Amino acid sequence: MKRLLLATGFSGALFGLGLAVSGMTDASKVLAFLDISGHWDPSLLFVLGGAVAVTAGATRLVLRRPAPLLDEAFHISSLRTIDPPLIFGAAIFGIGWGISGYCPGPGVALLASPSWETWAFLPAMLVGMAAHRVGRTLLSRERDNSGGAQRSPA
Amino acid sequence: MEGFTPASALAGGLLIGSAAVLLLWLTGRIAGISSIVGGLVGPSRRDGPWRLAFLIGLVAGVAAWQAWTQQIPAARPAFPAWLLIVAGLLVGFGTSLGSGCTSGHGVCGLGRFSVRSLAATATFLVVGIATTFVVRHVFGVF
Repeated sequence: MKRLLLATGFSGALFGLGLAVSGMTDASKVLAFLDISGHWDPSLLFVLGGAVAVTAGATRLVLRRPAPLLDEAFHISSLRTIDPPLIFGAAIFGIGWGISGYCPGPGVALLASPSWETWAFLPAMLVGMAAHRVGRTLLSRERDNSGGAQRSPA
Repeated sequence: MEGFTPASALAGGLLIGSAAVLLLWLTGRIAGISSIVGGLVGPSRRDGPWRLAFLIGLVAGVAAWQAWTQQIPAARPAFPAWLLIVAGLLVGFGTSLGSGCTSGHGVCGLGRFSVRSLAATATFLVVGIATTFVVRHVFGVF
């Protein structure tokens, strides 16, 4: 457990370093990338390209192993279908990203040097996440209840 | 092309990708920030210490680079606070509904050739670009 947490903390630190080095933590730079009709700054294509070059090359090799080094199994989504929640969710996220220049990683990274933007964006992001998760739990409970009533004769 | 920084962008991208691969190799988990954070705030919380370890590491990594370079991205005094709050709500809700963000779908999902992640990444990129256009050039905000 201790080794797992240390390895995780180290990976997190490397991830954070990458965010800061790349310029992703600078919302103005992110917006300069998304604003293709302004003074377009294509730097973020290099961030995504560099990151995916590594993951696309190495993920397959890692997943060929029976298990990760410090745990018993890989924790990976087995979902395959492109469904409305995926697309609507990505679109809603895109609106928030396009307004602010912050996706969740840089949103968390705001804590490294807090400003007024930190306290406006980060709590709101947490509320948004909690709202969806509470809603999803309530809906699935409702579905379970009505499903249970139909199943009860058997 | 103002402020184009391909070298540092590529270096940072390689670091981000390496961090994601390292996390998967060592712990078997996906470096998707929205999922890692979201698991701390919902009704079904689990894996709390693991999530916190990653996030504390992330903030420390950013802080270390800022301390080293003595450069911190400036807060935008003219940006409307209410709009940043609305954006935060949308980013939180949308990434939770869509099961991922730039890191989970973009970096990790594309890296394992997930069709779902490709669809999500294309969607938030296109919508993000359209939104920035509308906010900046139609409404003239920031």
